[in-house]
Amino acid sequence: MPESSLVRHLHSSSPECRTSPVRHFSRSLLPQHRNSSMLSTFCTEHNVQDCLSHISQEISSLGFPPVWAVSASPSELSVVAVLNCMYELIQLHRRNIQTLENMEMEQLKSSSEVDFLQLTSTRLKEQLELSRRENAGLLERERQLQLKVKSLQTCLKNEKEEVQKLQNIIASRASQYNHEMKRKEREFNKLKERMNQLLVDKKEKKQAIDVLNSIGRADGKRSLWKTGKTEAKHEGEMYKTLLSDYDTRQRELVLENAELRKVLQQMKKDMVSILSSRKPTLKGDKHKDDCIQADSEEEVFNSSKESVELYCVHAREKLTTSIRLQWRRLKSHVERLDSQASLAQRETRKEEMDRLMLDLQQCKDFIQTQEQLLQQLSSPCDEETASLLSDCYMLQEKERLREEWGTLEEQRKIFERERKTFTDAAIRLSHERKAFEEDRATWLKHQFLNLSPFADSKTSQMSKSKSSFLISVEPEASAASAPEKLIRSDLDFHTHRSVPLTTQSAGELYPTPCLIPENSLTKPKREAAHVDESSIFCNGNIPAQHKLWKNSEDHCSHSLKREKNSSI
Amino acid sequence: MNFSELFKQSNQLCKVSPDGKYLATCVQYRLVIRDVSTLQILQLYTCLDQITHMEWASDSLFILCAMYKRGLVQVWSLEQPDWHCKIDEGSIGLVSSRWSPDGRHILNTTEFHLRITVWSLCTKAVSYIKYPKACQKGTDFSRDGCYMALAERRDCKDYVSVFVCDDWHLLRHFETETQDLAGLEWSPNGCVLAVWDSCLEYKVLLYSLDGRLLSTYSAYEWSLGVKSVTWSPSSQFLAIGSYDEKVRILNHITWKKIAQFDHPATINNAKAVVYKEVERRTAVGSDDLSLHNITIGTTLFNTQSKYEICPLPVQIPVVKPDPDRANPKIGVSTLAFSSDSRYLATKNDNMASVVWIWDMQKMNLEAVLEQTSAVRCFQWDPRRPRLALCTANTKLYLWSPAGCVSVQVPTEGGFQVQSLSWHGSGDSLILLGKEQLCLCFMDTDQEDKAHLQSQDGKQTESQEMDPVSTSEHHPPCTSKRP
Repeated sequence: MPESSLVRHLHSSSPECRTSPVRHFSRSLLPQHRNSSMLSTFCTEHNVQDCLSHISQEISSLGFPPVWAVSASPSELSVVAVLNCMYELIQLHRRNIQTLENMEMEQLKSSSEVDFLQLTSTRLKEQLELSRRENAGLLERERQLQLKVKSLQTCLKNEKEEVQKLQNIIASRASQYNHEMKRKEREFNKLKERMNQLLVDKKEKKQAIDVLNSIGRADGKRSLWKTGKTEAKHEGEMYKTLLSDYDTRQRELVLENAELRKVLQQMKKDMVSILSSRKPTLKGDKHKDDCIQADSEEEVFNSSKESVELYCVHAREKLTTSIRLQWRRLKSHVERLDSQASLAQRETRKEEMDRLMLDLQQCKDFIQTQEQLLQQLSSPCDEETASLLSDCYMLQEKERLREEWGTLEEQRKIFERERKTFTDAAIRLSHERKAFEEDRATWLKHQFLNLSPFADSKTSQMSKSKSSFLISVEPEASAASAPEKLIRSDLDFHTHRSVPLTTQSAGELYPTPCLIPENSLTKPKREAAHVDESSIFCNGNIPAQHKLWKNSEDHCSHSLKREKNSSI
Repeated sequence: MNFSELFKQSNQLCKVSPDGKYLATCVQYRLVIRDVSTLQILQLYTCLDQITHMEWASDSLFILCAMYKRGLVQVWSLEQPDWHCKIDEGSIGLVSSRWSPDGRHILNTTEFHLRITVWSLCTKAVSYIKYPKACQKGTDFSRDGCYMALAERRDCKDYVSVFVCDDWHLLRHFETETQDLAGLEWSPNGCVLAVWDSCLEYKVLLYSLDGRLLSTYSAYEWSLGVKSVTWSPSSQFLAIGSYDEKVRILNHITWKKIAQFDHPATINNAKAVVYKEVERRTAVGSDDLSLHNITIGTTLFNTQSKYEICPLPVQIPVVKPDPDRANPKIGVSTLAFSSDSRYLATKNDNMASVVWIWDMQKMNLEAVLEQTSAVRCFQWDPRRPRLALCTANTKLYLWSPAGCVSVQVPTEGGFQVQSLSWHGSGDSLILLGKEQLCLCFMDTDQEDKAHLQSQDGKQTESQEMDPVSTSEHHPPCTSKRP
């Protein structure tokens, strides 16, 4: 790419080339140069000019400001422009690299995507193939099934035909057999006739009855001749029996009907009574049309009442319609009642619930007031019953009080003892203060006396005072866990302090300060440091020396207070 | 309950006279008349040959004995032992002989159903009725004895003739709409005649006395039809049992079906009580195993049985009939109403060991009796709702609404009850074996004292001859309804 662009550039810049043959030479040389060996240096001392021109040309072709003019000498290369250009180029290069990387990434991504897509496409192709095969199989099966259906249909048709044929055969056979049977029967009858004839004609063994003497009829009557009259009589008797049968049947039916009517009547009466009792409420309900209907109903009732007694067709019709009407009304009424009942039930339940809740609340209140009253009653005027009732409570209370009394007593004793010790301590303290005051007075006096002539002893004095202060602090801290001991040690300290304060010599004071700077134990400049410190200490402390002592006193009293707290 | 000693009989010919006083039994060619109450022989008649049929006249004065093979009928008079009458049908032959309701005429059916000969004992007159049809039940007399219905076959058509029995006057003659008439039966009030077709077609026709067709009923087509038909004693119901194992009840007003009773193999009708007969060997103690006991006691080998009430549902043993054979053993073949028309007892042929009892008021199943063997015969007490049945073993079974009883018949020689018939008063039962018969007396008024009395040995010979058996068969195992 860059080469081709270069070539294009060469062509485009041909007029320029003509103007500067040197540059042309160098440019024509440059590809050669490149082609021959990339490793050979581009710029040598001899072709600096060419190189410069080439580069400047290149750069200008790339759209940068020109670095070097041909007219200018090679030494007059504008460094700023070159650097800018280089910077630009580097920037460009970086950008290019960046974009390249991005492109590569993109390419990687896309290639992987392509792979994936290829994979899916192959898979889908396989699926397609599979489904195609399946489809083919199914089609084949369908075809087979259709064939089967066709064959079955033909079979069915055949069967149907067969059935038809067989039915025809059966029918024909049946008719044939019937015919045969009839023929046979006729023949049989003919034979019977013939046999009968023969038997009648036969003489030797005839039917015979041999009775000793004939007997009379069961009813004792004589037999009668057969005449038309007897026939008529038989007919008459037959109809008589039939008639009597129908008569009895009718009577039974009438009886049954009467029973049913009675039941109907009663039912009707009940219904009427129920419905008529309902009617006023209906009227009250402002259902005017209903009222009208009810009126018409009334009419029906009245008419039907009579109709029950009537037995004609119209009456029956009327009766049935009225009954039906009433029945419908009754049914609807009952249904309505049912629904109302359910509704009412729900309402009443709710009401009941509310009422009961109210009751409950009232009862609770009542109970509470009762309890209050009982309490009031029981505490002030425990005449006899209350005393009896609370006797056990009293006993318990007494017991408890006694116990409390005991503990309080014990506490009191402890307090007493403590107070005693405190007073003792206070006395001692006052004594000590007295002594201290005296000490101070003496010390002040002493200092006053030694103020100007003995300046050297100041440091030792100061260290002594400080050490004493430190000692007073340390045991107190260590003995915080054992208060009883602390008191003694404190007291000891007080005594001890009071003693060395007066008796301690300057020479003995030296080892004590080494207690303070614990970290500087191994250091060789210990003394100097100590002195420094102490000097600083002294410098800061000298105006407030009096205050310091006061503080130590306060501290003492404070430690005592603390001891007391811990004991409690 | 007491049992008489065993009497001989042949051809199961043993009948109580209509007035209930006498018991006639045939032993080979002899006719023995006994007093029912005392069982003493009153008369002994000797016929010319072995008797094949015997029948009392309606007034209990005459008995006819038919010898079909010889074509002979002999009539005996109870009042006049010397009186005799012999009817010879000659070479034309005889297949059936019966009294007319007045007891003065004898109707003989000749061989091949050529004709029916009516012999009058009053006038010695003879009359013929031609073309009688050979079928299940071709003739029937109305209950009051006034009319006779006769099925006829002429020119391949069925006819019904109604005769006045008084003088054999043909009152009505009409063609019926049947293919092949199988039977006819008068309603008990004598006003309706039920006519049914052969089993090939389900068809029941109802005719009025004057020959009008009242109604036709057909439950289904193309299948074997009616197997049995019975009127209720009140003439109110007509029960039709058919090959589809159902009983259909028609009413007497509209002649339409009002109920249908199925005979399912599994009973799960909660209202029905199922009594199952359970057999149990008698536990014989070692003391009883004496030689005496073994020699005399066939009862030793008898099993005791009792009824148990089965919890529902109950599976009933069903025999599948062979469909290729004619007259398959399936369907309701026997129907019987109790005397008060309250109950109907039925038997389905493919459940031969089961009797079904239906309540006709509630129109549902009342009880089911499942026996251990096939039921041979059952009959209602003519006075009470009480059913007696036998299953060709040594036991007699009784059902009443109160419960079910199985009674061992205390007789020797393995007397097996093949059939039974009630005495008209309902006080006694005649139990028929193969060659013997036994009377069973019910103490209906003091049923609770039944076994006490039987142990007293009031009059039963069985106790006199077999004292051991009394303890064996009493008390009868009763299972009352819960």
